[in-house]
Amino acid sequence: MTGVEGYMYPNEIRLYWSVLIVLYPYITGLVAGAFILASLERIFRVEAVKPTYRLALLTAMAFLLDAPLPLLFHLGHPERAWEMYFTPHKTSAMAMFGYVYLWYLMAVLTFEIWLDYRRDIVLRSQQTKGILRVIYKIMTLGSSNISERALNIDERVGWLVTLIGIPSAFLLHGYVGFIFGSLKSNPWWDSPLMPVVFIFSAMVSGIAAVMLFYMLLTKMRHKTIDMRCVDAIAMYMFYIFIIDFSLEMLDLVHRIYEANESFRSLNFLVHTKLYFSQIILQILIGTITPLVLLFITQVVKLPEIARKRMYTVSGILALIGIFAMRWNVVIGGQLFSKSFLGYTSYKIHLVTREGLLVALGLTMLPLIFLWILLKLLPPWEDEGAHAPAAGD
Amino acid sequence: MNGFKDIEHLFRFAGLFVIAILVFLVVRGFIVPKSFGEYGHYRAAAIPQIAALPLHYAGHQACISCHSDIQAVKSKGMHAGVNCEACHGALEKHVLDPINVVPVKLNTAVLCVRCHAASAAKPKSFPQVNAAEHANGIACETCHNPHSPAIDAGGTK
Ligand code: HEC
Ligand code: HEC
Ligand code: HEC
Ligand code: HEC
Repeated sequence: MTGVEGYMYPNEIRLYWSVLIVLYPYITGLVAGAFILASLERIFRVEAVKPTYRLALLTAMAFLLDAPLPLLFHLGHPERAWEMYFTPHKTSAMAMFGYVYLWYLMAVLTFEIWLDYRRDIVLRSQQTKGILRVIYKIMTLGSSNISERALNIDERVGWLVTLIGIPSAFLLHGYVGFIFGSLKSNPWWDSPLMPVVFIFSAMVSGIAAVMLFYMLLTKMRHKTIDMRCVDAIAMYMFYIFIIDFSLEMLDLVHRIYEANESFRSLNFLVHTKLYFSQIILQILIGTITPLVLLFITQVVKLPEIARKRMYTVSGILALIGIFAMRWNVVIGGQLFSKSFLGYTSYKIHLVTREGLLVALGLTMLPLIFLWILLKLLPPWEDEGAHAPAAGD
Repeated sequence: MNGFKDIEHLFRFAGLFVIAILVFLVVRGFIVPKSFGEYGHYRAAAIPQIAALPLHYAGHQACISCHSDIQAVKSKGMHAGVNCEACHGALEKHVLDPINVVPVKLNTAVLCVRCHAASAAKPKSFPQVNAAEHANGIACETCHNPHSPAIDAGGTK
């Protein structure tokens, strides 16, 4: 059998969870992370990050719409997906998650975005023409009340929704870690730390993504980047990254110290097949390098342009590193035999249903969603709906 | 009254939710089969449906009612626990019409290695051979009686 070294049980030779299952926690992680960044402004009243508040919400929305697609492609038969909602199995974490997903999509994100944009939507429904006007009219739900008091109430309700949203975001992503962490058959995954590590790495990736989007979009609009905002975001990213890294190291040290029966096999894996993606990509390039860069920006007073570059580089590296982490968890966990006597390998195909092209397409899709959302609901304060509508 | 005016839009959104839930329940009522969950997490009506499907296997009892000579040989050999149709395939049609539907001749080069090909994943106690070395191209039934395969038991044809 090609790609097999040593002894594999017959059902272990082929990997069942492909690159799409790597993508899935990555994307839900971006959702949860972006939402947590938005909640910083809303709940924790971090005024500095205000310019990214709406962008963070739209980013979360764009990625949330994309999140179930990798699963549907992986499983096939999308027409059966509804059965999970219609006849859920109460002992299935996956089935229960379907409801968490819907709850998060509708009750948290859509509602919060709607509340926050209601004033803009109403104004636009009066200023635009044609099909856009119809779309905005529908989005107002037939209410054009944007009196002072109504908006005030929206503000308070929005706060409450965000408050509920934080545990929901944790649940949404913690569950993904839970699915892996609760598999007692697989020593690479079986760890109660898994959901926690997933949540913190999710926050890092979501914050990094929103920061990069903010800088990129501001550049594209020829506006000046609000450095106070980016500095604050980078600071939070740094702190959360440290927690994330410590947790992952705690997991690692625990495994090394415990050195249970799987240790020799897993240790060999990390030093051979996973060496590049784990040691080089995830830890050195994707974690230590951005941490050092962010650390420098925190302790040395650097000029603006240098900070911007360092933030950009560390943001991109963090995104790569966290993708590598998902890869190492999902793919790494399937490369060794439960007999601890052999290893298989994963070869990604190009144009199959779970191949590279589909994976790339599903990674690009949220950017298209985001672009549409940005057109429909511009998040920028400096071109709000009070400006003449012709500009849009 | 004025107080309600400013929260009226929230009720509109909530109304959307209620409608969505109602639509869900209605669709669910139509889509989920009536007998779902009667016995377990599946459609109870599937059981009679499956039971009504045409049979393919006749079962061991059917075979030995006519081929008692074979059973007499087989029950004393190592293949006593192996069902007739595990080797001869599904033969319900033959049972219903034994004269016109005659089972096809089996190819032992394919049949026997399906169970006896050597593999590290099988328990060591299970008899297994490397067919190429062991039989050297000679058909298995030349030396082994398929119905009582042990050589030393005197089952040789
Ligand atoms: C109703 C009696 C009857 C039953 C039940 C029956 N058979 Fe037969 N079987 C016959 C008869 C009669 C022949 C001989 C047909 C011929 O040679 O024309 C035969 C022939 C065969 C042959 C082919 C013999 C050859 O010379 O090639 C096989 C193999 C066989 N049966 C297997 C089975 C198996 C396995 C079952 C159980 C699923 C079974 N039979 C059930 C009556 C029966
Ligand atoms: C281990 C596999 C195996 C099992 C189990 C088995 N057979 Fe056979 N049987 C064969 C093979 C191989 C032949 C010879 C090739 C052929 O005739 O198709 C054969 C031949 C026959 C024949 C025709 C030749 C003969 O010896 O008379 C009959 C009838 C028959 N089997 C019936 C049965 C019945 C009835 C059972 C169940 C009691 C049974 N077999 C179980 C493998 C098996
Ligand atoms: C459906 C699976 C199956 C097929 C097909 C099958 N066998 Fe067997 N065979 C068994 C089983 C089960 C045993 C009993 C093993 C035991 O009890 O440990 C056995 C036992 C034997 C033994 C006895 C080994 C010993 O220790 O004495 C021989 C020889 C044998 N088979 C040869 C054959 C031949 C030749 C064929 C092809 C005609 C064949 N088998 C087809 C399942 C199969
Ligand atoms: C040339 C005669 C011959 C042929 C052909 C032959 N065998 Fe055997 N086989 C024997 C003898 C003799 C024994 C018993 C000696 C022994 O136990 O090593 C045996 C033993 C076996 C055993 C038991 C091995 C064990 O470890 O208990 C199996 C299984 C077996 N044969 C399967 C097959 C299969 C399958 C084929 C067809 C691919 C086949 N034989 C063809 C002669 C033959």
